[in-house]
Amino acid sequence: MKILSIGDLEAVRGRAAGRLQLREQGDRNADGRCCGLESGTGHMQVLICGGTGCKASSSHLICGKIKELLEEKGLSDRVDVVTTGCFGFCEKGPVVKIIPDNTFYTQVKPEDAVEIVEEHIVGGRRVERLLYLDPKSGQHVSDSKHMDFYRKQKRVALRNCGFIDPENIEEYIARDGYMALAHSLLDRTPEEVIEEVKRSGLRGRGGGGFPTGVKWGFARKSVSDIKYVVCNADEGDPGAFMDRSIMEGDPHSIVEAMAICGYSIGSSKGLVYIRAEYPLAIHRLQTAIAQAREYGLLGENILGTGFSFDIEIRYGAGAFVCGEETALIHSMEGKRGEPTMKPPFPAESGYLGKPTNVNNVETFANIPVILTRGADWFASIGTEKSKGTKVFALAGKINNVGLIEVPMGTTLREVIYEIGGGIKGGKKFKAVQTGGPSGGCLTEKHLDIPIDFDSLLAEGSMMGSGGMIVMDEDDCMVSVARFYLDFTVEESCGKCTPCRIGNKRLLETLNKITEGRGTEDDLKTLSTLGKVIKDTALCGLGQTSPNPVLSTLNNFYDEYLEHVRDHKCRARQCKALLTYVIDSKLCIGCHLCARNCPAEAIIGDVRKPHVIIPDKCIRCGMCMARCKFKAISVY
Amino acid sequence: MPEIKLPCDVAGKVDAICERHGDNPGELINILHEAQHLMGYLPEEMQRMIARRLNIPVSKVYGVVTFYAFFTMTAKGRYPVSVCMGTACYVRGSEKLLDEFKRILGIDVGQTTPDGKFSLDCLRCVGACGLAPVVMIGDKVYGRLQPVDVKRILDELE
Repeated sequence: MKILSIGDLEAVRGRAAGRLQLREQGDRNADGRCCGLESGTGHMQVLICGGTGCKASSSHLICGKIKELLEEKGLSDRVDVVTTGCFGFCEKGPVVKIIPDNTFYTQVKPEDAVEIVEEHIVGGRRVERLLYLDPKSGQHVSDSKHMDFYRKQKRVALRNCGFIDPENIEEYIARDGYMALAHSLLDRTPEEVIEEVKRSGLRGRGGGGFPTGVKWGFARKSVSDIKYVVCNADEGDPGAFMDRSIMEGDPHSIVEAMAICGYSIGSSKGLVYIRAEYPLAIHRLQTAIAQAREYGLLGENILGTGFSFDIEIRYGAGAFVCGEETALIHSMEGKRGEPTMKPPFPAESGYLGKPTNVNNVETFANIPVILTRGADWFASIGTEKSKGTKVFALAGKINNVGLIEVPMGTTLREVIYEIGGGIKGGKKFKAVQTGGPSGGCLTEKHLDIPIDFDSLLAEGSMMGSGGMIVMDEDDCMVSVARFYLDFTVEESCGKCTPCRIGNKRLLETLNKITEGRGTEDDLKTLSTLGKVIKDTALCGLGQTSPNPVLSTLNNFYDEYLEHVRDHKCRARQCKALLTYVIDSKLCIGCHLCARNCPAEAIIGDVRKPHVIIPDKCIRCGMCMARCKFKAISVY
Repeated sequence: MPEIKLPCDVAGKVDAICERHGDNPGELINILHEAQHLMGYLPEEMQRMIARRLNIPVSKVYGVVTFYAFFTMTAKGRYPVSVCMGTACYVRGSEKLLDEFKRILGIDVGQTTPDGKFSLDCLRCVGACGLAPVVMIGDKVYGRLQPVDVKRILDELE
């Protein structure tokens, strides 16, 4: 149906509200009583995470199986099965949530479907073994509200992820979706919308942190027959999946926000530049765009206001530098994604030489809720200069890997130890890397700084797009710096010399150090060269690429020194600096290590202690992994 | 002008793709995406053909193909192995995993085994960081792998 007026939109909202009421009730449900169809519950819902992480663990099979079982029992009309976006708790995926009692099942397998349906949905008894086991109390927790992982979070950009069916526009409308667009078109001038965004204090979530309202203001001022709104969905930071989860879990919020942006700056054409590696996100976005057109919320004369707007999708092809807005624009024009000097800024001359406003996915996801709840509400969250919340992809050596959203100003300690549940395997925390290849490593002493744009920058790291990788005592910081440089060298577009050649030299020096050939002079070279690249590279990629090196040099100088002076790697990661030794007291001579050694470097008679020939050893660690008697150690 | 040696039906499809995009050089990346889908890679002949259709130098097409990681000029194996080298997987040991794949398959990253069965690549983040380290073989995701698992997985295929 076509929505032609705000009355129509409200009617759709009313119609779809019933579906969501049950879920909202579940969210408020405090008594924790388990529901079942036999014990009098009239209607139930099963929410299954359909994010990429859970799908990789067969969540779609669980969904199919539950549907099939309900069908067999003739219960399909009393139980809705909904595939949602990411719940965030990827460590414990696949996640299945039962409404209205809000039971949160973790690590569900397709074969668990029978028990969930028969025991819980029909019988009203929770399947205890599938509940989350709180590591601190040792107790099962049935409701996500009571999990440490969720308690400190505040979901603004992710408000609908894991709550609505992303492929159903009506569920989005039931959550006040498209209301912000309607009210902007009907009750506000473009200038008023921009003013509201400015007042909210929203800053770009892609990494730069530029005030969004100000950016829109620039694009508004540019005079042209045609202008473009671009959504940067080329999430290239390895280990970060915030934007993907938003597009998979709440694609309509992007569509709505782009239309609002179009109205504000005077544009009728939107383009989403998305990674081709995100097939599910592309599919969900295409579905959302098609539905919005069908409902008349995209296209000609939206809500009878005379405003027209439509969105097209453009595919990226795997180039990190295309996250830089000028490079992104060239890529959309079908060219190599090489950045160009600014000015001219895209707001004056961007896509096809026309004024273009580029915002990142998470930035857009915040727009509708800022306009419906007001700039003051948004500005009340966060710190003085960084308003609102930030989504982070928390990963690495941490107990609770997942997607989290916290108010700006939350400390790293709260994120890592409370939400993240601490370090995996009881190991010692060493560093946390924020900002991906452009960011830096922060240490123990930085754990209590508040997370916001300026604090992180002051400590030599950056907010970036939101990747947060936790490292423990087993990670070698020189290797980590080398890993990032390896990435930058591969991704450098080659246009400017500091980035193309400078980073290559940095990488070579780091390789030299990790291979045991480094000297103390090399450490000076790293530092000087790093600073030169920062000062002279053309675009954001080059200017920030030495950050991983400079920040680790700064915070872990001892470790670098050990590599070059003592030829030791304390984390035992740098192969060339390792020695594998068999303890003759523990070795029983089972010969298993020798059989598995790919280099035939282990000799010894059966039932007698074996030895490793250092010259032949390729330090693959296979022997150590295979030894059942823990007789092999590494120095 | 060198003769184009693409299979007849593929050549026809490439033409159709270009036509659908209005032979517009601005659509080059979208055209290459679709064209790569036909054979799994972009052989030289195909690039020449596209260049001729769009009336742009072949160097331009080649420049774009080699710039972006997603495009490839080598045929993939029947089982394309991609080891995730995202940071989350890296700190959980994906480099050791990659070394083991290289060792067992006897090929380097970007190569295909002589029998055409396996090809080896790296990729940057599948987004299944909860399962790190992750390897994709075809469309299937293998999570929480250790180097000792590699041989078993490869043996299981066929």
